[in-house]
Amino acid sequence: MSSDPEAASVTPLLAVTGLCSGYGPVRAVEQLDLHVMPGERVALVGGNGAGKSTLLHTLSGLHPARAGTIRIAGQDSTRWPAHRIVAAGLCQVPEGRQVFAPLSVEDNLRLGAYSRRDTEGVRRDLEQVYTLFPILAERRQQRAGTLSGGQQQMLAMGRALLGRPRLLLLDEPSMGLAPLLVEEIFRVIVALNEQQGVGILLVEQNARAALAIAARGYVMENGRIVKTAPAAQLLADDAVRRAYLGG
Amino acid sequence: MAGFYLFAAAVLLLPWLGIDPYFITVVGVAAGLHIILAVGLNLLMGYAGQISLGHAAFFAIGAYASAILTTRYAWPGLLALAAGLVLAGSIAWLLARPILRLHGHYLAMATLGFGVIAHVIMVQASGWTGGPDGLGGIPPLNLFGWVVDSDTRWYAVMAAATLLALWLSLNIIDSRIGRALRAVRGSEFAAQIMGIDTARAKTQVFVVSALFAAFAGSLFAHQQSFVSPDSFNLAISVELVTMVVIGGMASTFGAAFGAIALTLLREGLVVFEDYEMLIHGALLMVVMIILPQGLFVGIGQGLRRVLALVLSRQP
Repeated sequence: MSSDPEAASVTPLLAVTGLCSGYGPVRAVEQLDLHVMPGERVALVGGNGAGKSTLLHTLSGLHPARAGTIRIAGQDSTRWPAHRIVAAGLCQVPEGRQVFAPLSVEDNLRLGAYSRRDTEGVRRDLEQVYTLFPILAERRQQRAGTLSGGQQQMLAMGRALLGRPRLLLLDEPSMGLAPLLVEEIFRVIVALNEQQGVGILLVEQNARAALAIAARGYVMENGRIVKTAPAAQLLADDAVRRAYLGG
Repeated sequence: MAGFYLFAAAVLLLPWLGIDPYFITVVGVAAGLHIILAVGLNLLMGYAGQISLGHAAFFAIGAYASAILTTRYAWPGLLALAAGLVLAGSIAWLLARPILRLHGHYLAMATLGFGVIAHVIMVQASGWTGGPDGLGGIPPLNLFGWVVDSDTRWYAVMAAATLLALWLSLNIIDSRIGRALRAVRGSEFAAQIMGIDTARAKTQVFVVSALFAAFAGSLFAHQQSFVSPDSFNLAISVELVTMVVIGGMASTFGAAFGAIALTLLREGLVVFEDYEMLIHGALLMVVMIILPQGLFVGIGQGLRRVLALVLSRQP
């Protein structure tokens, strides 16, 4: 798969150029360029406060961009409201899961399909999510707030999948989870990508795990992309190893 | 829907239980009005998590639309009712976008302001509204030739209207829009990530809530045959909020229960005369301290706990 949008004839699923975003005097994202090709698996790694979450919020239309452009499959989506971006196939699994605690597992999943009108397709996708995460099927009538952290992460992912994404934005899915669960979650991310062709933009502090499953990676520092390369190359990079992989 | 049929059965049976007819008609009709208002407000407060301290204004819009159009312009009652709905819905729609961007205390303040402005208009625009003296001589409601001119008939009309409001509320909550509203209440941020146009969802529920209130207002005007600003002041708005909270937020039957409880309480406390408000306030405080989740929801949970305890004691 090509990593250079200029050279490829395929339109990138997501293309970000010169993006700036921030809060008041804080410039959280500065002149950022990034792209994801259809069906590609991309990791974005960086430390605390690098601007990763602000970037995702800006991509999803939850926070306004100050400058630059965001294109979804070639269409300029920079000023689109959040619901239009979801309808265009960009779905986010937010940091800290953000499941609707008082609602049942099934209602949470159905909310993920809010922008869709094809009842039959939603029913099929619901079954598919239950196959992917059998634990959610077992607890479908249970309140989401009673699930464990790992189960909530699965629910948040299932919920995003019901939006029928072309690109899934995952914000720190490994946060607060036991290593075994992180493995499980990442296994599902790979499966989604390989079996359904869903593009993945995985944003992680856990750089090793993220780069291990990605084809390509970006390293973000102080709101900027400081390095981009195939993931294997980043894993071997001395500077990256020192900064993010513990030597 | 089991609760709905149970409620419908109770409404139908009530007149045959041999209770004092004054009680059934006067208190029953007042309770019905309050149920429509509280159930509508609960959609906004309980489900969407947005407070309104100016809901009496929409109640007033319905009432004054019916009063003015039927007395001054001789409109048929149902047409005036429809006009009241259109007017209240339009005003709610215009207000919703700017007002519902606010949260918490700020939203409370803005809706409070709206209620106060509406009240000032009722008092000052005396050319239309009759000012502080109000507007009398509102003809009885004529439903396709059937004139609602007796207490018994009003009981029937109010019973039907109340059941309609409950049925609508239950269906709205159970729909796609209902799920969106609960999501907005849970977390507006997460709701946006789901692709919910939160501004639109909040606008819709605000309009629906206003329509419920205006509908109740029109019925109220015909039933009383007289309207004055006193029926729509800040205290009424606060009382409506109290009904929703005391019954149990985010529960249609909770709101209905709260409406009935407060109607009965007001009636029952009349004997205390000057001390009525004092006891009223004290009771509300006690309920909120003991059952913060609301009477209806709290009593339900309590019964379930007692039941579980009894069952577990058995060998």
